Amino acid sequence: MEMGFATAVELATAIQQGKTTAVEAMEAVLARIGETEELYNCYVTVDRERALQKAEAVQKRIQAGEPAGPLAGVPVAIKDNLHVAGLPTTCSSRILASYRPTFSAEAVRRLEQAGAVVVGKTNMDEFAMGSTTETSAWGVTRNPWNPGHVPGGSSGGSAAAVAAGECFLALGSDTGGSVRQPASHCGVVGMKPTYGTVSRYGLVAYGSSLDQVGPLARTVEDCAAVLEVIAARDEKDSTSLAREDTDFTKALVQDVQGMRIGIPRDYFGQGLDEEVKEAVLEAAALLGQQGALVEEFDLDLVDYAVPAYYTIAAAEASSNLERFDGVKYGYRAAEAEELHQMYKRTRSRGFGPEVKRRIMLGSFVLSAGYYDAYYLKALKVKAMIKAAFDQAFARYDCIVSPVAPTTAPGLGESLQDPLRMYLGDIYTVSANLAGLPAISLPCGVDQKGLPIGLQLMGDCFQEKKLLRVAYTYGQLTQDKMPAGIPGQFVQGAKTVSCPKDQIEKAAVAEAHAPGKGGM
Amino acid sequence: MDREYETVIGLEVHVELATRTKIFCGCSTAFGAAPNAHTCPVCTGMPGALPVLNRKVLEHAVAVGLATHCEITRYCKFDRKNYFYPDNPQNYQISQLYLPICRNGYVEIGTSQGTKKVGIHEIHMEEDAGKLLHDDWEDVSLVDYNRSGVPLIEIVSEPDMRSAQEVIAYLEKLRLIIRYLGASDCKLQEGSMRADVNLSVRKVGAKEYGIRTEMKNLGSFRAISRAIEGECKRQIDLLESGERVIQETRRWDETKETSYAMRSKEDARDYRYFPDPDLVPVRISDAFLEEIAGRQPEFRTEKMQRYKTEFDIPDYDIEIITSSRHMADLFEETVACGAAPKKVSNWLMVETLRLLKEKGLDPEDIRFSPAHLASLIALAESRVINSTVAKEVFEVLFEEDVDPESYVEEKGLKMVSNESALLETVKEVLAANPKSVEDYRGGKEKAMGFLVGQTMKAMKGKADPGAVGKLLKELL
Repeated sequence: MEMGFATAVELATAIQQGKTTAVEAMEAVLARIGETEELYNCYVTVDRERALQKAEAVQKRIQAGEPAGPLAGVPVAIKDNLHVAGLPTTCSSRILASYRPTFSAEAVRRLEQAGAVVVGKTNMDEFAMGSTTETSAWGVTRNPWNPGHVPGGSSGGSAAAVAAGECFLALGSDTGGSVRQPASHCGVVGMKPTYGTVSRYGLVAYGSSLDQVGPLARTVEDCAAVLEVIAARDEKDSTSLAREDTDFTKALVQDVQGMRIGIPRDYFGQGLDEEVKEAVLEAAALLGQQGALVEEFDLDLVDYAVPAYYTIAAAEASSNLERFDGVKYGYRAAEAEELHQMYKRTRSRGFGPEVKRRIMLGSFVLSAGYYDAYYLKALKVKAMIKAAFDQAFARYDCIVSPVAPTTAPGLGESLQDPLRMYLGDIYTVSANLAGLPAISLPCGVDQKGLPIGLQLMGDCFQEKKLLRVAYTYGQLTQDKMPAGIPGQFVQGAKTVSCPKDQIEKAAVAEAHAPGKGGM
Repeated sequence: MDREYETVIGLEVHVELATRTKIFCGCSTAFGAAPNAHTCPVCTGMPGALPVLNRKVLEHAVAVGLATHCEITRYCKFDRKNYFYPDNPQNYQISQLYLPICRNGYVEIGTSQGTKKVGIHEIHMEEDAGKLLHDDWEDVSLVDYNRSGVPLIEIVSEPDMRSAQEVIAYLEKLRLIIRYLGASDCKLQEGSMRADVNLSVRKVGAKEYGIRTEMKNLGSFRAISRAIEGECKRQIDLLESGERVIQETRRWDETKETSYAMRSKEDARDYRYFPDPDLVPVRISDAFLEEIAGRQPEFRTEKMQRYKTEFDIPDYDIEIITSSRHMADLFEETVACGAAPKKVSNWLMVETLRLLKEKGLDPEDIRFSPAHLASLIALAESRVINSTVAKEVFEVLFEEDVDPESYVEEKGLKMVSNESALLETVKEVLAANPKSVEDYRGGKEKAMGFLVGQTMKAMKGKADPGAVGKLLKELL
C-alpha cells in the first residue's frame, strides 16, 4: 500500500490484516525522513536502529497472534519534552543536551503498550516556550506547507512531522495552545484533553497547572484513537483523574443535529485575519446546515486571558526550571570557581533568551511584594475565566473559534516582537486556564496556501462532544480539504503543486531572514 | 542573668516522621545506607518526575496536631519554597506556608511556678534535603540524596517561653507526645528532632518584643541550654553597652560553646513561595479525622492516673515508667504475662535504666520481649536462680532477648540449695579458712559473711546463699 496516504487507523488495520507490516511502515517513514528531514528539521533525535527493532518486535507479536494493541506497528513521533527511555530528552535546550531519562513518560508507555512504535523525538520551542519552534537550540522547524514559514509551536516538530509524513501520529504538550496552534499551522488535527485526563508523569514541566499531553494526527479518528490509549488515571501524577468515559472512538458519529454551538463575538474582532475569520465562520455555518443550533454570544474576560496565562505559566516555569542547575545532570559551565558562579554561568549559557525572559517574568511575579498584585490576581482571573466558561457551557455544547489570529507567520517574523507573539495565543490559552478540552482541525487554506485551523472548545470532560462535532465536520469536508503537503504529500483529493525550486528559494530567503539565530 | 531583663523564646522544631517511605515517593527512609542508594527520579529532582503525598505523613501530622490541641486545617495545600542549594535537588523545597495542616494549639509544661501553656502557632509538613559532604582533599563537594524527601513536620511555637528550663520542658513534652504517638523517635543527636531557637530580650514589664535572633545547629538539650544562656547574655551586653541587636541567623558551635552570625535580615532570601501545582489540595474528611482521633493512644497523664488505681507500685515508679510509652507498654505486657507489678517495675527502674544509661540508649531502644522478662522474674521468684545469676541473665536478655529458661538450662545456672550437694564445698571452705572459723567462734559475726562469700565463689555463684548460711551455722 501507499503509506503516505494512510491514516494511523488505516495503517493499523492494514498491518493487522497482513496487507503490510510494522517494519514496512517504519521503513517507509524512515525513507520519508531521509528525503525531507534535512529541509524540515522536524526531529531532534531519530534512532533508526531502535525504531526498526521495535517495529520488528511488534510484527513478531502480530505474527504470533499475540494481542499487539490497537495501534500495533504505527510509527509515532514524540515531542522532545516527553521521556522515552533509551532516547535523549533535550527539550530543545542546550542545558539538557546530554540528558537521558531513565524512564518513559506514562503517555509514551501507554502508546507503546498499544503497539505504537516510536520513531524519534521532535523539535520544539525550548522548554515549550514559544509559538513558532524558533526558540529551539537545534534550529527552526519549517512548515511543510511552505518552508519559508514556521510550523507554529511549541509542538512544531510534532505537527510538521505528521504533516510531512515523517510519522503517522505524534504526541505534543499543550500549555497555552502548543498542540492546537501548530496543528492549525500545519493543517493537521491536534487535541488538548481536559486537564488531568493524560498523566503528566515523564513530561518535563513548563506550567504544571496548565500542561496537558495531547495527540497530533491526520484525522479526527486518529486523534480519538490516540486519546483513548493515553487517557488514564496514573497514580504517579497526583493531578491525574480517574475517568470512565475514555472510549473516545465511540464518539465518532456523523451527527450534530440539535447540538448547541456558540460563537463568542469577542473572538472575532480586532487582530483577526479576515481570511481566517471567514473560514471559521463558514465552518460554523456548515455545522448549522447539518442541524446544529449555532448562535453568537458574549464571552466575558477575553482580554484578560493572555496576561493571566503568561503570569501563571511563567511563575510555575520559573520554579519548574530551577532544577536545571548544572549540579546533577545536563550542561554545566566548566570554569566556575564557586557554586553561585557555576549556577549563574550554567543557566546563562544553557538557557536561550525566551526561556530566560519567562524565568525572569515568573520570578518577578512571585517575589515578595508582587505576589498578591500579580500572581494571586492572575489566579483570581483564572477562576473568573473558568466561571465565564461555565456560564457559556450551560448554554452550549461547544464553542467555535479560530485557533490563531493568522496562518503560519514567516520564519523570523515573530520573535522580533514577543508581545505580539504572546497575543497570538488569545484563542488557545483560555482552555488551559479553565482546564477545558479543545481540538484544532483544518478548515481551509488562505491565499498564500497555508492551512487555517478551526478550534472547538468544550466543557470539562466533554471530549466526546468535541470529537463528534469535529468528526462530522471532517467527514463533510474531507473531499474539499487539502489535508496534505503541496507537491509532495497528499492525503485528500486535492493536490496543490509546489515545485522544488520554490521550496529551495524559500529556504534561501529564510537563511537571510533577520530573525535567524537572533533571539 | 540580669534581673532587669526578660528573655522571650519561641522554637521552630523539626521532627523527622517515622514513615517507612519518603514523603513524595516510595524510597526507603532507612538510615545508614550507601550514598544515594535510597533515591529515585522524584527525590533526586529529575525532570518529568512528580510528587505523590504519602498518606502516612498526613496521618502523623494530624495525630500530632490533635495531641497538641491544634485546629486541623480541613483544606490544606503544599507550597514551594524556592532557593538554590545542591542538597535540594529541585532547588525548591515542598513545604507549607499559606495553609499549614495544624494551627493554634498548645502544650502544657511544668515550671517552677506551676503548669504553663506554650502556644503552638502552626505545624506544617515538608520534605527534608539531602546531605552535602565536602572533600577538602579533592576539593569537591559530594551530595547524598538518601535524606532528600524524608518527611518532616515543623512545629512552630508562639514566643511563650521565658527560660532555658521552659524550653527544655517544652521540648521534652513534645518529644513525649510524639514518641507516644509513634510518629518519630525524636533523637536530637541523630537529627530526627532539631530545634531552632528564636530569642529576644526586653526590659521586664516592656510591652514590645525586642529584636530577635535565630539560633541553629543545636544538637542536644545541653547545647540548647548553653546557647540560650549565651545568646541571652550577648544580647543584654549589647543593649547595656548601648548597641543594638541585629536580626540575624546565628550558628551555635558546640565545641567552642559560642555562636556566630550566618546571615542577617538584609540578605534574607526571598523564597517566592507559591502553591505547588504538582500536588492537589488535601481535604481532610470527618471520617479521616475520626479515624486518627480514634487511634490516639492513652497519653501519659491518663496512663499515670490509671496505673495508680490498677497497679500497686509507688508514684515515683509510675512517673519513670510512663516517661516512655515503650517502657510503659513493656511494663503492662510483662505484668500481663503474670509477673508482679512491683517486680517488673524494679527490673525496669534499676537494671534496665542502668544498662540504657551505660550504653547511651533511650527507653525507646529496649528490644527484649515482655514474655522473657516475665520468665526471668519467675525464675528468680521461684528461686530457680539466685539474684546474682538473675542479673547476669538479664544482661544477656537485654542484649539478645534470649529465652531465660532455656538459657539457664543450657548454661547450667540453676541455683544449688540441696544440702547434700553443698555439704562437700562448705566443708572444703571451712577447712581452707581456719582463721575465719576461729574468728566466728570467737564471736566475730563478720567472719560468717566472708565464709558465705567463699562458698558462693567456689560454687560459681549458683548456690543459694540462704542454704549456705544455714549449713555453715550448723557445721560451726
